[in-house]
Amino acid sequence: MENQDHLLQYTIPQLLRWRVHNTGDKVALREKDFGCWNSYSWDQYYVFVRMAGLGLKKIGFEKEDKLAIISDNIPETLYMAIGAQAVGGVSSAIYQTSLPEEIGGILEYLGVSIVFCSDQEQVDKVAEVRGKIPGVKKVIYEDPRGMRSYQTDPWFMSIEELYRLGEEEHLENPELFDKLVEAGKPDDVCHLCLTSGTTGLPKGAMLTHRNYINMGLQLTQVDPLEDTDEYLSFLPFAWIGEQMNSFGVAMASGIAINFPESVETSMDDLKEIGPHFMFGAPRIYETIRSQIWLKIDESYWLNRIFYHYFMKIGEEAAEYRMSGRPMPGRLRLLAWLGKQIIFRPLVNQIGFLRLRRAYTGGAALGPELFTFYQAIGVNLKQIYGQTEIVGIAYMHRDGDVRPDTVGKPLPGTECRISEEGEILSRSDSVTPGYYKLPEKSAELLEGGWLHSGDAGYIDEHGHLVVIDRISDVMHNSNGEMFSPMFLENRLKFSPYIKEAVIFGDKKDYVAALINVDPIVVGKWAEDRGISFSTYMDLSFRPEVAELIEGAVQEINKNSEKPHFKIKRFALLYKLLDMDDGELTKTGKIRRKFVREKYHDLYESLYDENMSEKRVEAFYQYQDGQTTTVDTTIRFYSMAEG
Amino acid sequence: MTQLLVSDVTLTFGGLNALSKVDITIEPGLITSIIGPNGAGKTSILNCISGFYHPTQGQIHYGERNLTHASPHQISNIGIARAFQNLELFRGLSVLDNLLLARHQNLKYSILHAIIYFGKASRVEAENRAYVEKVIDFMELEPYRKSMVGNLSYGVQKRVEVARALTLAPKLLLLDEPMAGMNIEEKEDIVRFILDLKKEWGVTVVLVEHDLGVVMDISDQIYVLDFGEVIGAGDPQQVASDPKVIEAYIGEE
Repeated sequence: MENQDHLLQYTIPQLLRWRVHNTGDKVALREKDFGCWNSYSWDQYYVFVRMAGLGLKKIGFEKEDKLAIISDNIPETLYMAIGAQAVGGVSSAIYQTSLPEEIGGILEYLGVSIVFCSDQEQVDKVAEVRGKIPGVKKVIYEDPRGMRSYQTDPWFMSIEELYRLGEEEHLENPELFDKLVEAGKPDDVCHLCLTSGTTGLPKGAMLTHRNYINMGLQLTQVDPLEDTDEYLSFLPFAWIGEQMNSFGVAMASGIAINFPESVETSMDDLKEIGPHFMFGAPRIYETIRSQIWLKIDESYWLNRIFYHYFMKIGEEAAEYRMSGRPMPGRLRLLAWLGKQIIFRPLVNQIGFLRLRRAYTGGAALGPELFTFYQAIGVNLKQIYGQTEIVGIAYMHRDGDVRPDTVGKPLPGTECRISEEGEILSRSDSVTPGYYKLPEKSAELLEGGWLHSGDAGYIDEHGHLVVIDRISDVMHNSNGEMFSPMFLENRLKFSPYIKEAVIFGDKKDYVAALINVDPIVVGKWAEDRGISFSTYMDLSFRPEVAELIEGAVQEINKNSEKPHFKIKRFALLYKLLDMDDGELTKTGKIRRKFVREKYHDLYESLYDENMSEKRVEAFYQYQDGQTTTVDTTIRFYSMAEG
Repeated sequence: MTQLLVSDVTLTFGGLNALSKVDITIEPGLITSIIGPNGAGKTSILNCISGFYHPTQGQIHYGERNLTHASPHQISNIGIARAFQNLELFRGLSVLDNLLLARHQNLKYSILHAIIYFGKASRVEAENRAYVEKVIDFMELEPYRKSMVGNLSYGVQKRVEVARALTLAPKLLLLDEPMAGMNIEEKEDIVRFILDLKKEWGVTVVLVEHDLGVVMDISDQIYVLDFGEVIGAGDPQQVASDPKVIEAYIGEE
């Protein structure tokens, strides 16, 4: 591919204009409306951006003013954002699901002067906090439905009216827009991207034109895109994952962005568009896999036989493909046959037929899911990055997909692991800091490196492995770092293990309390004629202990570092539960609480002479009744090796 | 100007008076509700207006036109559409086909045109599809466009039923218990649709509904029927404080 680095000298609006000069009549955007896909060329795209930009200017939007967008995925979102950037302003986006109070707080913090809403639902929320946001001069809306009662109030304005003002201005002053676009510098801040703060108000990461375009160029250097490729915009625009594609990748590569008809129809629209690349959180891929399983299950018997046979072949072939090794001839033939007979039509059904690459990021994805998608011929890859580095900074390369890593840095991205084990990155895409938060910014960019707050290491293949948030990691008595969540996830990848709690902070070794999966292990026991009555009974069967011991053994064998090995474990007599306060509402383990509650067990895990202990098991039933049962818990030590 | 005038209408089945001397005035651009206990004659009124029954006595006028003896298809042609209480949809057809079919009276081309499917026929079909898409967008039925009606949930089917009436581009819409059997969220959706219909499309709505909360909330005008007679009329406040209405609904103290 030709070198595109010269694009870095442009701002986003300038790059848009560059695309207009080069491929003005090519489709840039497409939107499904009234059941039809309507296309907009780069020429038209630019005209809309000009109307929006000049319209904004006409109503008093000046250089460095802030525009906030609260909108579903519609082309107008881009017109407004890039229009604001073209006249020297800064765009920002708020999640459509935000509550009025939240919106008010963000608008105040960012000092927003104009808000763009897609429909009445969002306008209502902004109107509710009107008294608290004196800085907001106008609210512009796209869909006029239900807006009748607002029409007499000059605080609200339809986008049509804004366009009209912009066009008027352009006719009066035809050179103005070009001059404004010309005045932009690539290092100007163009967007404030909110980072998900778990506590308090979110922080606004300042991102420049160069940040976005550089990210797009870096990505397309590794995974080239044709300007005839398609992308479906269905992620919330407030998330960096969507902006990096619409500002960064689309501008840098010239692909077309498609907007679904509505949020509910996006998966159907995906089928109609058949995108060439997509990005999503693990949940999307999990949902699609469940749908495939369901459909195969409902299919007729011949299909099912083919599917199950070729799935095994596909999984085997995927192992070769993911590691980039050449496949033996017989396997290659069978994999090709499987693709033609079952996987091509299957993938076509979900709209992935043209998909060259699918990216997942944001959270860990089980290795079996990677294998599944690679087996049916979808090139699913893990990425890693933060809002502060425009989303993607690390990525798997084709033919080098390792489920437990997040891949290698993109070209132009430097990676370093600090002495505390924190992942540090440096590239042209790193934010200059947080808006109005100099202290936080200094912390973030200490020493010129972006501090991710994540702990990780680089493995022997040069891949980055992300362990956990640095605040959550533990150190053993030798001061060696390990992540309880990382090890717990490893354990939970075993189908027999439902939940696990890892201990070992300031201790000699790692130990675990394990919940067996009642359904899978129950079935396993039934198949082997092992009888059991309750969950407690099942957990205490010696055969089950042996099964889990095997699973732990397997994990220990594959552990990257010797101190990651789980040395002792015990099977818990009850499932960890939210109602008992052992899990948070989102299903995370409340480690401290669990350790206090099962203090006896915790002590015994670190007393290697102890092989069993009598405890009183305390139960609370759903109706509030409690009961106590005397029972004996056994502790298992793993063999060295 | 009055849009629809029901004057002195009596409807008799054998010796039973389903309606007796009913006077109802429907003003354009308003939501008029007809309420009353079971068997009060609410649906009978709608049947008279839409031409399924013809009054034994009295007159029905739509503007200048006398509808007293008009047939249902004539009435639908002049811009009165109806959504039925019991769904009258083709369960085996898709939502889109159901809606397109409802526009058959607008398909003004000959069988020859249909065979060639060129010029007028394809143009008319495209116009119809465009109109139906407008209705789909309005009723937010996009996710179900190609689903078979029989497979949809009851709440969605009810929405399709209202949409089917809307594809006739009515000036007056008769809704017979559009919210029966719905959960609160579905009801709220329908209420929003009805209000938007009035405000955005300027459609006059006649609503027969049991949910009094909804009726009191959105109606401009209410008629209360009991045993085939109008026992109260007025805006929601007047009706709510009318002793006769209270008696009919709650009984004597």
